[in-house]
Amino acid sequence: MNQFKELTLQGLWQNNPGLVQLLGLCPLLAVTATITNALGLGIATLVVLLGSNIVVSLVRNHVASEIRIPVFVLIIASLVTAVELLMNAYTFGLYQSLGIFIPLIVTNCAIIGRAEAFASKNAVLPSAIDAFMMGLGFMLVLLLLGAMREILGQGTLFDGADLLLGDWAKALRIELFKVNSHFLLAMLPPGAFFAMGLLIALKNTIDNKLKQKQAVEKGSIARARVTGTAQ
Amino acid sequence: MSFKIASSPHQRISRSTAQIMRIVTLACLPGIAVQAVLFGYGVLIQLLLAIVTAWLSEAAVLKLRGKAVLPSLKDNSALLTAVLLAISIPPYAPWWLVVIGTAFAIIIVKQLYGGLGNNLFNPAMAAYVLLLISFPLQMTQWLPPLSLQSVSLTPLDALCTVFSQYSCSGFSLSQLQSSIDGITMATPLDTLRTDLNRGLTLDESLQKPVFYGFAGAGWLWVNLAYLAGGLLLLQQKIISWRIPLAILSSLFVLSSIASLASSDTVAGPLFHLFSGGTMLAAFFIATDPVSASTTNKGRLLYGGLIGLLVFLIRNFGGYPDAYAFAVLLANMVVPLIDYYTRPRTYGHRPRSELK
Repeated sequence: MNQFKELTLQGLWQNNPGLVQLLGLCPLLAVTATITNALGLGIATLVVLLGSNIVVSLVRNHVASEIRIPVFVLIIASLVTAVELLMNAYTFGLYQSLGIFIPLIVTNCAIIGRAEAFASKNAVLPSAIDAFMMGLGFMLVLLLLGAMREILGQGTLFDGADLLLGDWAKALRIELFKVNSHFLLAMLPPGAFFAMGLLIALKNTIDNKLKQKQAVEKGSIARARVTGTAQ
Repeated sequence: MSFKIASSPHQRISRSTAQIMRIVTLACLPGIAVQAVLFGYGVLIQLLLAIVTAWLSEAAVLKLRGKAVLPSLKDNSALLTAVLLAISIPPYAPWWLVVIGTAFAIIIVKQLYGGLGNNLFNPAMAAYVLLLISFPLQMTQWLPPLSLQSVSLTPLDALCTVFSQYSCSGFSLSQLQSSIDGITMATPLDTLRTDLNRGLTLDESLQKPVFYGFAGAGWLWVNLAYLAGGLLLLQQKIISWRIPLAILSSLFVLSSIASLASSDTVAGPLFHLFSGGTMLAAFFIATDPVSASTTNKGRLLYGGLIGLLVFLIRNFGGYPDAYAFAVLLANMVVPLIDYYTRPRTYGHRPRSELK
C-alpha cells in the first residue's frame, strides 16, 4: 500500500512527466490549443503507457538486455498503431484534428522512459500503477494547459468535445465570454510555451512554500537542546 | 600653478537611470506631437492608457516579487516602455489592445526576466510582436493622415473610437479608414507591398493619394520629428551614434543597390528611410541600453543586422514594416555579438600578436 502511495505521489506531483521531467514536450505544446484535443491525446498516451509498461514488465526477464531498447520500441509502436486505428474508427473528427501527433506518441520520451526506468525492473502490478499515475499526471498537465489556452484564446471550454465523446457532449461546451477577435497567441505554439513556463513556476512556488512549512516544523523540534550553547 | 589631487573615482556617472529615461521620453515629444496633429488625437489616448497600465502592472509585479515598488516606478523605465509601445500601434486601435500589450511588456518580458537591466528582449517590441501576431486586423488599422480623412475627428470622437471602435457620430472604424473617394487606405508601406504583390510597378503604385508628398503623406514629418528627437539624444550623449548610423546606413546602402538593380519593384532608399517607423526605431528603440549590444564594434554589427533584416522583411517578407521583428531577432544574437567583439583590455596584447 505504501508503494502505491509513493507511486501516486511520484507520478502526479514530484516526478510529473510534464512539469518536472519535461518529457513529451512536443505533443504537450503542439496539441493543447483546446481542452478536447488535450483530453484526446492524454487518454491515448495513458492507454499506450499503461499497455507498454505491462507488456514490458511481462517480458522483462525474457529479453536480453543488449536488445531491450529495440524490443521496447517495437512494443510501444504496435500499441500506438492499435490506438491510432481505434481513434480513426471511433473518433474520426478528433483523429483528424490531432493529426500527426497520434503516431508521434511513439517518440514520446515519457513512455520509453518509464519502460526503461521502471517497468523493465519491476513486477507487473507496480509497473501498471506507475504507468497509470504517470499517464494521469501527464494528462492533467495537458488538460490544464488546454484549459488555459482555450479560455485565453477563444473564451470557451470543451469546444468540440463531441468529436471525442459523441453527440451528447455538445452540451458540455461552455462559452465564458464572447470575443470578436481570438487571442491568436494563446492558440499558437508560443502561447503554449508561456503557459507551460507559468505552470512550472506555479509548481515550484507551491513546492517552496511546502518546504518552508516543513522546515519550520522541523526547526521547532531541533531547537530543543539540552546540552551546549545555541549559536 | 597648483595641481589639485583628487582621489578616485575620477569619472562619475553624471546621470541616473531615471534622468536618462526621462530625457528619452521627452525626446519623443516632437514625434508624438506630429503624430497627434497629422494622424489625430488617438495617439494621446493610447499614451495615457499605456502609461497607466505600465505603472499598475509594474507595481503589481514588484509587490508579488516582494521588492520596493516606488524606486522602480520612479526610474521611468516602465514609462518609456509604455510610450514606445503606444506610439507604435495604430492611434485608433481598441483600448484593450494597448492594455494587453503593455501588461505583457512589463510583466512577462521585463519583470519575469528579473526587472530592468535583465531583460533579453526589448519589452516594447516584444509586446508589439505579440499584438501583431495575435490581433493582425486591429494592428493594421492605421487611419490615413488628417488631410486625406473623409471625416475629421474631434478629441471626443477619438475617445469614442478607441473605446467602442465607433466615433461619437456613429462612423465605424472602416468608414473612417476610407478616403474622400471611399477607398480604404492603409499605410504607404502596406499599400506599396500590396500593389507590388498585385503586379503593379513602383511608379504606378506611387500615383495613389496615400503617397502624396514624399515617402507617403504625413509619414515624412513623423520621421523627421523623431529624427530631430534622436539628434537631441545624440547631442546629450544619451545614445551612441553607432547603432542609429549602422541601421540607417545599412538600410540605405541595401535599398540603393536593390532599387538600382530593380527599380520597378523596390522603393528607393529615401522612401525606406523616411517611411514607417525607421527613425523612431533607429534612435529610440534599437538603442535600448539593456537589450542592445554593449561594445562599440558590436553596436555597429547590431545596427547593421537590424538594417539588413528590415530591408529583407520589408521587401520579401510577410509584413509591411519590420522593426519589431528585426529588433527582436537582433536582440537574440546580442550575447553572441558581445562575446566576439569584446574590446582588448589595457595591457593585453591583441590576439593576432599572440600567435
